[in-house]
Amino acid sequence: MAMQELPKKDFFAPLKAWKFLGKKPVTIEVPNKVKREASDRYRGFHINDWEKCIGCGTCSKICPTDAITMVEVPGLVRDHGKMPQRPVIDYGRCSFCALCVDICTTGSLQMTREYVHVSEDAEDYIYMPTEKGLDAKRGVYEHGKAPLGWVKDENSDILDLVRVKMPMEEPEVRVKSFIEIVKGYSKEQAEQEAARCVACGICTYTCPEHMDIPQYIESIYKGDLEEGLRWLYRTNPLSMVCGRVCTHRCETACSVGVRGEPVAIRWLKRYIIDNVPFEEYDRILNIRPEKKGKSIGIVGSGPAGLSAAYFLATMGYDVTIYEANARPGGVMRYGIPRYRLPDEALDKDIAFIEALGVKILVNTKVGQEINFDEIAKKHDAVFLSTGFGLGRSTRVPGTDHPNVKQALPMLKMIRDYLRGDGPKPPVPRKLIVIGGGNVAMDISRSMARLQTMEYGEVNVHTLSLERSFEEMPADMDEIEEALEEGVEFHPGWGPIEIVIENDEVKGARFKKCLRVFDENHRFSPQFDENNQIFIEADMVIEAIGQAPDYSYLPQEIQEKLEFVRGRIKTNEYNQTAIEWLFAGGDIVHGPDIIHGVADGYTAAKGIDMYLSNK
Amino acid sequence: MGEVKLFFGPNHPGMHGNFSVHMYVEGDIVKRARPLPGFLHRGFEKLMERRYWYSNIALIPRICVPEPDINEACYAMGVEKIAKLDVPERAQWIRMIVLELARIANHLMAVGGVGGPIGLYTASYWGTADRDRILDIFEALTGARVYHMYIVIGGVRKNLTPKIEDMIWKTLDYIESRLPDYENLIFKNRILHSRLKGRLLLTREQALEMGVTGVGLRATGVEYDVRKVDPYLFYDKVDFEVPTATDGDAFSRVYLKFKEISQSIKIIRQALEKMPQGDKVNVAVSKGSALRRIVPKGMAYAHIESARGEYGFFVVSDGKNKPYRVAVRGASYPQGLYGIEKYLPGTRIEDVPLWLATMDVCAPEIDR
Repeated sequence: MAMQELPKKDFFAPLKAWKFLGKKPVTIEVPNKVKREASDRYRGFHINDWEKCIGCGTCSKICPTDAITMVEVPGLVRDHGKMPQRPVIDYGRCSFCALCVDICTTGSLQMTREYVHVSEDAEDYIYMPTEKGLDAKRGVYEHGKAPLGWVKDENSDILDLVRVKMPMEEPEVRVKSFIEIVKGYSKEQAEQEAARCVACGICTYTCPEHMDIPQYIESIYKGDLEEGLRWLYRTNPLSMVCGRVCTHRCETACSVGVRGEPVAIRWLKRYIIDNVPFEEYDRILNIRPEKKGKSIGIVGSGPAGLSAAYFLATMGYDVTIYEANARPGGVMRYGIPRYRLPDEALDKDIAFIEALGVKILVNTKVGQEINFDEIAKKHDAVFLSTGFGLGRSTRVPGTDHPNVKQALPMLKMIRDYLRGDGPKPPVPRKLIVIGGGNVAMDISRSMARLQTMEYGEVNVHTLSLERSFEEMPADMDEIEEALEEGVEFHPGWGPIEIVIENDEVKGARFKKCLRVFDENHRFSPQFDENNQIFIEADMVIEAIGQAPDYSYLPQEIQEKLEFVRGRIKTNEYNQTAIEWLFAGGDIVHGPDIIHGVADGYTAAKGIDMYLSNK
Repeated sequence: MGEVKLFFGPNHPGMHGNFSVHMYVEGDIVKRARPLPGFLHRGFEKLMERRYWYSNIALIPRICVPEPDINEACYAMGVEKIAKLDVPERAQWIRMIVLELARIANHLMAVGGVGGPIGLYTASYWGTADRDRILDIFEALTGARVYHMYIVIGGVRKNLTPKIEDMIWKTLDYIESRLPDYENLIFKNRILHSRLKGRLLLTREQALEMGVTGVGLRATGVEYDVRKVDPYLFYDKVDFEVPTATDGDAFSRVYLKFKEISQSIKIIRQALEKMPQGDKVNVAVSKGSALRRIVPKGMAYAHIESARGEYGFFVVSDGKNKPYRVAVRGASYPQGLYGIEKYLPGTRIEDVPLWLATMDVCAPEIDR
């Protein structure tokens, strides 16, 4: 390229620049004369919508300059999915990169176009953003709000809102047998799902057992399953069960779930347990307690009983569990269907509890094989966890017919049959299930399977008082899967009578339910008597709730105990009115396994305190 | 008269950035010169190893202040090479536009930067004022004027809107309309000619021996431009020329930069026309939130043609959520360290800032 040569006559050339004298200057005078508006996407000072902010602290984790600190705010309450803390930004450190905005789990943190802040006080540059903006107090902005600048959009979002898909059995396949539906994550899938976690710990507070969820998810992410197992067994000896059938309150609180799908906490837990061989448990967990020489009796080997047994055993107590059935596990063994919780899963959890020296006496019904007084005499303390074993009836005409059955005994019969312990349950060609809870789903789906195996087609009608799927207490997943398997739902119908002809069940008549609860959220259904339907069936199963059975307790004990609506009243350590008697699980709190595990844990602490101070 | 030691920078109006040159002079002639870097050392490369792959975007642009986008692009391209990531096509075009805008901004500032040491202040004012128009585009597109933090692993952070596109077209027209003024009033100016013509010569052999790239090398007649030699992004799909000269002096270096401005304008216009429409300008490098996104094991070198020459990032990943090692090849490393020691002796005192200006010595790049 030819270089610019110096022109011969250049004397007048500089004068050409005079033309700029008449032009508008490019410089502007700020801030007094012209307020220069920053661009639409400007990364200025922050604002934070406190209504939306849940205090998860993800902003402070991503911050490359450590400019964000989470500070607890007096007056804010710790609640389901909410932490009482808010971000504070140090503008001496902030680099205005907006990563905090892009990763914000709720979208509450945003940036404004505000870029001028003048103060003589250095403390003024450490600022807790509210929805107003940094200089709101100066009254700079109309409506008291700073104009929005950088906000997150689909491209700039750096949170992963989509869950790793869980491999499941297809409905056509699974309805033909009791094969487990959820297949479990592979190593790669689990690590990917674990990478979605932002480790905020909101889940830990929500979990009844306060499991160390972010910690074990991080172990998966790092590929260290042994560490993960240690985290699990710190709080939950029934992780394999909970990894399959927990009601996962944690996931409803998950901060990633605010805008997207929550992290699959339950399935990640299951992944750890599924992938650590049982033979390694003893070496990894290394539980070697000093023996205390005291013994505890536990009645019932359900979640609460097993959990209490585990924690007491780790403290060095001798523990004996009395179980009425032929196998330990309670509702986990006899209630939950096999396609959700196979026996092998339960066996692994129980085997480790037994390996700690816990004795489980099966086929030992208290009150029949052994008297309660005998147990009380033998042990230093007793823990009751007998659960809700009795079914409730609608008591409409016809329910006393032998082909009108209760869900729980039917579920038990099916499980016993499947593991070869009992006879085949009767399989009707047409079935009505009354109830809208998870037990109703369990029995509907179990019977759908038996019908497919027997007749090749499903004919199950499930009716509930609740008028929509959202209102029904059953999990949405359960309802959806039941629908896929061919169960027909009729939400919003209450039974009138079971129609019996020639001593055979012909079906049932229902009336339209107008409302289930009254204004005070009390159960008080109202019906439209004129709107009725009849559904044909040769069997009706009632699944409208369960009740406890305290008949094994001697009269004088029952008299001393306090009951509140069928449940035993205890103190915060699950201690009843009788100081050596503790209780937990469904007969105290309910409603699910993880609450049982939590009860077992607090009761174990309570028993230890009681015996240590004795 | 004996040898006198003079300090040039770090606090000196003629110094470009926090950098220092110790000059041992006899009269006006520099006898020996010693570069003294380190005033800007913040340990970028080590800091990067302690931050998440995504958090590093706040740190990287600081390795070169006048042209921060090259750092972001190199880092992103290095990581994408390791992860074999398919970046949306639109994002690649946007990156090209950003890089070329940055080149124009940088060259305008360089033209202005030469004006200071020689006393031709019109160049300084014009260069700075016109560069600000480009910064306005950056503010609209990326949300910040200088540290854009816009090009990220997997694409760019936000889409280019029609409004900003329009702004780019208008600004390019404006800059183009200004070029004849620059030509007539600055590059035909006697001061510039007498101070730069034939000064601070660097021969082709010397430049190649030191490893000088960019205009420093192209002014000696070597047609080396990474955009042509090893095209990245879509530089092979646009039509542009690489201006070269044979004089190897300070004037040709500045003039080449000025000539490159019109080539960059040409590239951006083509990019705006050829760019596909679309909403997606970003893909994640792996599943997970940015806190836990991982880059598979591996290493890669990504290089691009910066305004000062070949600029590269060598990125090593051990499969975790933070880099194992990131090494930066600053384009001004050879001329900023060896060049000063080797080629300043024999020149005059007032030539020293011109070396720094025309050879584009960028202190943070050396100090990274």
